[in-house]
Amino acid sequence: MTRAATIAAMWIALIALPWWLPLIGGYTALGSKVLIYAIATMGLNLVLGFTGGLSFGQAAYFGLGGYGAGMTLKYLVPSTPLAILIGTLVGGLAATILGPLVMRRRGIYFAMITIAIGQLFYFVIVRWNEVTGGEDGLAGFGRQDIHLGNVVIPLTDVNFYYLVLLCFTVAVAVMWTLLQSPLGHTWVAIRENRRRLQFLGVRPERYVWASFAIAGFITAFAGTLNALLFNFTSPQDLHWILSGDFVIMIVLGGMRSFFGPLIGVIIFVVAQDYLSSLTDNWMTFIGLIFVLIVLLFPRGVFGIFDRRAKIA
Amino acid sequence: MQAKVSRRRLVQAGAALAASTLSSPPILTYAQGETPIKIGMHDPLTGTYAAEGESEVRGANMALAEINAKGGMLGRKVQLVVEDDAANAGLASQKATKMIDQDKVSMLMGSVSSATALAVNQVAHGRGVVYMVTGGHTDPVTGSQCHWTTFRICTTTYMLAAGLAGTLYKKFGGKWYFITPDYAFGHTLQESYAKLLKDLGGTVLGNSLSPLGTTDFSSYLIKAEQSKPDVLINLTDGQDLVNCMKQAAQFGLMKKFPIGGGLSELEVLRALPKEARQGWWTLEWWWDQPNTPHVKEWVAAYQKIHTDGTWPSARTWFGYAGLHSLGLGVAKAKSLEPVKVARALEGLELPDEIKLQPNKVYFRPGDHQLMSSEFPGEDLPDGTYPNLFKVADIVAGDKIALSVKDTGCHLDYKA
Amino acid sequence: MQLLLFNAFNGLIQGVFYALMALGLALILSLNSVINMAHGGFLVIGAYLAYTLSPYLGFWGALIVGPLLAGVIGLAVERGLIRPIYKRSDPLYSLLLTFGLALIIEDLTRTIWGAQGLPLEVPDVINSPVSETYFFITGYRLFVIGITAAAAIGLYLLLRYTLLGIRIRAGTSDLETTAALGVNIYKLRALNFGFGCLFAGLAGVLAAGVLGLTPPMGNSLIMPSFVAIIIGGVGSLFGAVLGGLLIGLAAGIVTTYYPAASEAVIYLMMLIVLAVRPRGLLGEEGLFE
Repeated sequence: MTRAATIAAMWIALIALPWWLPLIGGYTALGSKVLIYAIATMGLNLVLGFTGGLSFGQAAYFGLGGYGAGMTLKYLVPSTPLAILIGTLVGGLAATILGPLVMRRRGIYFAMITIAIGQLFYFVIVRWNEVTGGEDGLAGFGRQDIHLGNVVIPLTDVNFYYLVLLCFTVAVAVMWTLLQSPLGHTWVAIRENRRRLQFLGVRPERYVWASFAIAGFITAFAGTLNALLFNFTSPQDLHWILSGDFVIMIVLGGMRSFFGPLIGVIIFVVAQDYLSSLTDNWMTFIGLIFVLIVLLFPRGVFGIFDRRAKIA
Repeated sequence: MQAKVSRRRLVQAGAALAASTLSSPPILTYAQGETPIKIGMHDPLTGTYAAEGESEVRGANMALAEINAKGGMLGRKVQLVVEDDAANAGLASQKATKMIDQDKVSMLMGSVSSATALAVNQVAHGRGVVYMVTGGHTDPVTGSQCHWTTFRICTTTYMLAAGLAGTLYKKFGGKWYFITPDYAFGHTLQESYAKLLKDLGGTVLGNSLSPLGTTDFSSYLIKAEQSKPDVLINLTDGQDLVNCMKQAAQFGLMKKFPIGGGLSELEVLRALPKEARQGWWTLEWWWDQPNTPHVKEWVAAYQKIHTDGTWPSARTWFGYAGLHSLGLGVAKAKSLEPVKVARALEGLELPDEIKLQPNKVYFRPGDHQLMSSEFPGEDLPDGTYPNLFKVADIVAGDKIALSVKDTGCHLDYKA
Repeated sequence: MQLLLFNAFNGLIQGVFYALMALGLALILSLNSVINMAHGGFLVIGAYLAYTLSPYLGFWGALIVGPLLAGVIGLAVERGLIRPIYKRSDPLYSLLLTFGLALIIEDLTRTIWGAQGLPLEVPDVINSPVSETYFFITGYRLFVIGITAAAAIGLYLLLRYTLLGIRIRAGTSDLETTAALGVNIYKLRALNFGFGCLFAGLAGVLAAGVLGLTPPMGNSLIMPSFVAIIIGGVGSLFGAVLGGLLIGLAAGIVTTYYPAASEAVIYLMMLIVLAVRPRGLLGEEGLFE
């Protein structure tokens, strides 16, 4: 199959998901969750896979987006689009402001400074009980029907899935365009050889900053949808463990490919959902999947589809 | 383990469903009366709260067997679908949605962690599904965030405090220092204690907030010791309580002042070494009630099923009473219609063989909180499992609960 | 003031424990280039094995044998799972692999020993405070300090004066050259991984004296240890110890004035250190960038 045909098939499958997923034992909200996590991880992969920055605190922006959206609905205005907008801005701006702290660091130091920032946000949310609900999470808000002129679209599960799919499409288009642009090429150049770029007179820091900030906006965007999925968000959505899960989903799917994270998310989320219903020992099976994928697929699962990939 | 059996049954049902999907539309395969009624249960089976979750599932499975032996609900067999929520609120929401959408459960039950109870509370209300909270204690579940769909078995944090405060004050005096877990459960429990203490005429010397999952309690214990309290009130629960008590014991604090607390559980007592198993606590159910009918039989029934040497805990009773309550509600409503079941549960009194405690136990109509008893008493350092606790009193729930007005609950039935 | 002194001193004691965890992690990170997410798992293995063995060997015997077995299991894991991925240049694969391993270990622990928390009984000799006033200095905590100091000094002597240690240090600074000089780096790395796991197991048994034993107990201890390494400086074992002490001290001081921030402060410290002095206090430049 050509690449175009594969992608067309993927989109048809996604559009038709509410019909076929229940037939094979899934449920629409699971489809929404996969797409939401796919937006988040593909956003993160701009930093991780394409720019080569080991961002390990990405859940912070995901969670900030969620709290931004939830608190907008709870305290400010009952409007779903505004909640998404404000949540995205909150998370994205946080990443943008903190980018300069991060952009000079590399390797494990990049990972640890992003963890440090992420955990600080986590503790703020956990301790700020009166506003955020603390450890118990933020509840008591609900996604609102969308008003388009005179048309009112109720956000039922299926409609919400299509909203998420729409958001996914927009995010994919934005990221794809970025990666084709000079900015995207610079990111890859930074990943491949940062020093040579410096010799050419390019200052990689600014591009890393851009990458980190944009990834922040995209993950926060996903975070807002995540809060709307079950009308609930909790500090666990900011914790480094979720950040780690995001990284793992990306590595599972293949961090050098654009759609790799989507594959990783499908494996991670669906396997967890399915296996944990079957057996108490689901963690062993998930763990085995991780171990086997590392040993058998050197470039993540998507690596075998990637013609340019060389087996190490 | 029974939990596995029921889930495996579900897998088989799933396989059968998949097979029938290939041949014919699944909906028409069974007559309505023959399809089992499914009830979804979410509880942590992995992670920090796995022991408590397992106890609740065991209790629910006992109730399940009894209900089915008596012909099920409305003449239909009952099936329990158990899902692991890993005490993660996001995962709990997801699993609750899964059970409603995919498994087509009629009702939900479960929870150990308060956060999962609040999260599923939201999902269940959104879908109009009756939800029986078994073990999430935080007050908003039947208070500020109460919904017509939600009922709760375990007591509120206020009731936990009210069951013990008077005893501690009379026995040891009125200068108290608090170690409080820093989340809603702890905050409401501490506020309740502080209010009760003030009413009794005592003073709060200080309050240390310990984050959930704290491993090192030494700094809080140092502060507590420096304030020279009459009583150290330790409100942590679960693994935090185990860690805190172990460290307090090693610091020799039990020799300096008595330690009292909020909630303790058989699971916690069992995890404590003897020197740390001290102080005054509240339990919500206890296996040794010589004068209460049916308790001995129930414990024997539990041990016939579970031959691993364990004894039923309050958590086991939560699961047991939870599923039975749903069954009684459906029987009274003669319907699975959620509004009818909810209305039927309001004011419903649990019979002796289910309540397994002396006082009157019923769901309060105004906030859907079960008025079950508190069992304040003292740890037994020299006891051996399961004789680890001495019940001093059994306090009726409706004597100590906040009035419905004070809980802040306004049930949101649609007009 | 007394409260501050108490808390500062108490924080240092707690820091010793982080240091012990960090030592094992740092060993593995330096020579094996593995971000060992399963370190908490080996900690749990050591603790549970000690719990099981203590009725037969007593606390003291279990304290020695438990960690040794954790080390042996570490050797086996290195041989079977870690060795095949050394040639992958990206440390993320080791992260994914060890994360999977951590899940498996936690689950197997729960399946074998049960989810119910278990108490490890500590001998009465060390299970009480040393003095009435300084009640927070317990025999057990002094014992932990002693063991950690012995382990750290032992490790230092090993690295400094034995052939194995010199090879480990050489491998850490330049693996390829060390290999070219005829050192069997596979054996070297295997031993090193085993040592790291032994340290994790030791930390586990010591932790079980103050914490309840549960299958996920390692999870909450692992991140402070990473923080200790980064603050102290990657590549420096002394740095790992220093980092552990510093975060313990900082948490102790902050808890006196603003307890709500006592957990966050270690991340704030890491943030500041990384912003001002990226390689950490004692770290070498260029490692793991």
